[in-house]
Amino acid sequence: MPNDHDQDHTEPPSDIVLKVKALESLLVEKGLVNAAALDEIIETYEHKVGPRNGAHLVAKAWHDSDFKEKLLENPTEAAAALGYVGRQGEHLRVVENTPSQHNLVVCTLCSCYPWTVLGLPPAWYKSAPYRSRVVSEPRSVLREFGTELENEVVIRVWDSTSEMRYLVLPLRPAGTDGWTEAQLQQLVSRNSMIGVELAKSPAEINQTNQGIE
Amino acid sequence: MQGGHDLGGKQGLGPINPESEAEEPVFHSEWERRIFGLTLATGMLGKWNIDQSRYARERQHPISYLENSYYENWYEGVSKLLVEKGLISEAELLSGISQQTVSREFHVPTREDVKKILSSGGPTEMRLDVGPVFCVGDHVRVIRNFTHGHSRVPAYVQGCVGKIEIHHGGHIFPDKSVEGLVSGEHLYAVRFSGKELWRSDIRNDEVIIDLWEPYLRSSN
Repeated sequence: MPNDHDQDHTEPPSDIVLKVKALESLLVEKGLVNAAALDEIIETYEHKVGPRNGAHLVAKAWHDSDFKEKLLENPTEAAAALGYVGRQGEHLRVVENTPSQHNLVVCTLCSCYPWTVLGLPPAWYKSAPYRSRVVSEPRSVLREFGTELENEVVIRVWDSTSEMRYLVLPLRPAGTDGWTEAQLQQLVSRNSMIGVELAKSPAEINQTNQGIE
Repeated sequence: MQGGHDLGGKQGLGPINPESEAEEPVFHSEWERRIFGLTLATGMLGKWNIDQSRYARERQHPISYLENSYYENWYEGVSKLLVEKGLISEAELLSGISQQTVSREFHVPTREDVKKILSSGGPTEMRLDVGPVFCVGDHVRVIRNFTHGHSRVPAYVQGCVGKIEIHHGGHIFPDKSVEGLVSGEHLYAVRFSGKELWRSDIRNDEVIIDLWEPYLRSSN
């Protein structure tokens, strides 16, 4: 509930806010949901599981060719070895970008997404415009994310209709020879692992760091 | 069913306008956080499976499905399941006030249970007695599947010819799972050219989509 003294300046709670509040208190009152269990679920996906997990896998694969081989061959096991296991990551597949082939992931029927390595999907991934357009016009969708690919590059859009969960292994950016795994990790955005963007260039990272300073 | 959720290839839905990755929060408001948690928590009561949960969101008027925000559809889905399974009544849903007790022959997960459930997940891979009908490289045509039930074969690939790219092994078949039955079928990633799916002048774009064996016929 909004604070009482703010009441005059706040919009009344919307229908959905009231409906969800009513549902929660009903379920707790009826003993169908344990309040601490509910908090655990929310905390897990808000704070513990996220795209840093996937970035770890990608940077490690760029850095260590043996690991890359394992990651492509048996992604579920390779991710589990680093502790990334659980719901919506039971059956992982990693699809590798090459100079001639770019991969992109969608779920046109709902919102399937590899939670264990990317966390919960962003709002746009679940939106009707993305789900409808990315299979039929991937290049115009990529342009909305500022990503331009040469005409010769084959675009493969993976529509995750089953319980297989797809993670894109982006191309390692040029100019990163000799970088450590931790340095490489900074280049791996969530969007590059969905495939709507490329991994960041070293120059982009410098700009960001300067921006923070 | 080809409801409002079956969106692949639909036109006129506008631009994506993605939020910047650095600025987007996991949840955009408190109620989203709560309905997300409530959906997972009640799912753990074991009264329905993931396909029943998807089907509950799909069974809406297409206009409602499209007008609702993502988590509003989650609310619609979970409240429908709770009522249908007799865990709450329609009147309780509307009032938010408990009017009848539920006979509790099931366990309500605690915080510790939740940790275990989330980290173990729910694998769908199954050992099947029968081998796969198709091999990698085979050409297959997707069946027309105009059904009222739940199915995971999107309209945009129905009737089209693709090529088997990967055999994923046996997996729980959603069309049966939605009826509460655990029945496995071979699952394949099937590759379609953009030319086959959309327009003859598309050169390089492909769609790869996971499809279960009953959705496919040989087209060699």
